[in-house]
Amino acid sequence: MTSDERWIHTPPRHSATFDAHAIAEIHRAAATGIYDIRGFGAKRKVPHFDDLLFLGASISRYPLEGYREKCDTSVTLGTRFAKKPITLKIPVTIAGMSFGSLSAPAKEALGRGASLMGTSTTTGDGGMTEEERAASSLLVYQVLPSRYGMDPDQLRRADAIEIVIGQGAKPGGGGMLLGQKISERVAKMRTLPQGIDQRSACRHPDWTGPDDLEIKIIELREITDWEKPVYVKVGAARPYYDTALAVKSGADVVVLDGMQGGTAATQDVFIENVGLPILAAIRPAVQALQDLGMHRKVQLIVSGGVRNGADVAKCLALGADAVSIGTAALIALGDNHPHLAEEYKKLGTVPGAYDDWHEGRDPAGITTQDPELTKRLDPVAAGRRLANYLSVLTLECQTIARACGKSHVHNLEPEDLVALTVEAAAMAQVPLAGTNWIPGKSERGW
Amino acid sequence: MPTIDLGAVPLRELNAALHALPADTNETHWKVINPRGKHAIAVGLDVPVTVEVEGSVGYYCAGMNKKATVVINGSAGQGVAENMMSGRVHVKGDASSAAGATACGGLLVIDGNASARCGISLRGLDIVVKGNVGHMSGFMAQAGNIVVLGDAGEHLGDSIYEARLYVRGTVKSLGTDCIEKDLRPEHVKDLRRILDAAGLPDVSPTEFRRYGSARRLYNFHIDSIGSY
Repeated sequence: MTSDERWIHTPPRHSATFDAHAIAEIHRAAATGIYDIRGFGAKRKVPHFDDLLFLGASISRYPLEGYREKCDTSVTLGTRFAKKPITLKIPVTIAGMSFGSLSAPAKEALGRGASLMGTSTTTGDGGMTEEERAASSLLVYQVLPSRYGMDPDQLRRADAIEIVIGQGAKPGGGGMLLGQKISERVAKMRTLPQGIDQRSACRHPDWTGPDDLEIKIIELREITDWEKPVYVKVGAARPYYDTALAVKSGADVVVLDGMQGGTAATQDVFIENVGLPILAAIRPAVQALQDLGMHRKVQLIVSGGVRNGADVAKCLALGADAVSIGTAALIALGDNHPHLAEEYKKLGTVPGAYDDWHEGRDPAGITTQDPELTKRLDPVAAGRRLANYLSVLTLECQTIARACGKSHVHNLEPEDLVALTVEAAAMAQVPLAGTNWIPGKSERGW
Repeated sequence: MPTIDLGAVPLRELNAALHALPADTNETHWKVINPRGKHAIAVGLDVPVTVEVEGSVGYYCAGMNKKATVVINGSAGQGVAENMMSGRVHVKGDASSAAGATACGGLLVIDGNASARCGISLRGLDIVVKGNVGHMSGFMAQAGNIVVLGDAGEHLGDSIYEARLYVRGTVKSLGTDCIEKDLRPEHVKDLRRILDAAGLPDVSPTEFRRYGSARRLYNFHIDSIGSY
């Protein structure tokens, strides 16, 4: 080959548009004729809390001593209407995840971990299991569109009620639990034949729209004698209006779930292409509460991609009262752990990328109903791991709050934050670092 | 007999009083007057008492009922007897949409017509409608029976699971995966039981046609894609 012949063909060049993942998906679709279903949340890169920084204290603000001066982390939920509001010792709760999508030991472990730290966990489709009620000092009972397992006795045994309108992974979509995970117990709880693909409704069966929701909330309050806080959970889609309508409907607490929030099983195209990143959703929701004079009166819980205490602190600084974790909690229990590398290899994946939670073959024993696999999860040890993780989240959040001079994590505020990118600055409505520029806002603040 | 005037007493007091009743209460028959279409009347009951409502009610009357008998001497708004677990609810007039939604057990009798989505996501309740039912009745119904003495609207039993639908009149159209099925002796026997319980001994079960799930969509198959 002469020195010039090598240039007859250009070197292989991959398309930025048709990248390796896009091409593999086309081949997969052509081979199977069906969309991809998976668990986990959005995997695409979206503006997130990594794009924000805290400023910390300096001459104009003084910090609190890291290990000596108190920085409170408690949060009380349900102060608007409930006779019995609940108080969490930490501003981190466990999101709703069903028995069915998760194994019974996993649900118990979530309860144990949350209870050790003085916070709540949440039921899901299919109702309440005895294991999770016994393990959870504070248990939130979800009222979902499917109403699978919905039982007034369980409602009365709950500490709070969460009406689920949507979730961040799939705003506008219903649940999905494929036949592999519909065991005899799951089927019985949901009044469905064993082994069928169970598709939960995306709309509630007995109400439509905010006017009906208001009446539904009154009914639930009447049934429980106005004792329990009533949450309304929405996927992040139109956070300003959804928050305002939830408040109008009488919610005590609004739960706002961003697109990075996890799911047990949903179409990949849905997970990756519908909804807002939580970073873009918090400020409009807080604005709605402020416009209605209800900020801190109706509490705001946000979720979707919270991983560490800095993320928690950033959510609170943007105006949330607490955060909720799902995927991170499962990871803390042992999901996607490197010690399962060989098992993941057999499933065609690697630790950190395992997301076929719908198939029921989870080697960690978390997202499965297989009797042998579920035995692998020790609910006591896994609960301890979750408690450890929740403790770290709280300590990290306190570390940042003290550095910003705050005696309560709720005293964090947008003024403590700057953004590293124009996008994050616009979404979080904080200045681009090193400037006083908030994209989309004039110097007068609008 | 305790009589509660909802024109004077807040709803909260009525429901709280009914919730406070012990299982062996002697106050077994309550009367509610002037309901004036209020929502959530007599919800969450858990004792074997009878509550008679003199007039029409709003949404969710007798919601999540257990053990109690609730009689509505009028018409009922949306979601009457929703998620009922046991007991008996009798609507003497018509019922709005989603009557008996997601309910698990007991008997719901509607003397008039029931609107759309009657028995939606039903989980075990028996519903008897003496008149007609609206569209999408029995949608995603999982268990229990819907007995219609009149006609059924469009898309009856859409995406139905294991519930049984019996219609004496006409069916405008069947929903996805819902088909007509044979009325076998065990169905006649069960229907007899339900009709007797509803106080309809003179109605013959053999006058009904039975509808239920074709079970074609229980597990996803690419060849069924046109049905989804």
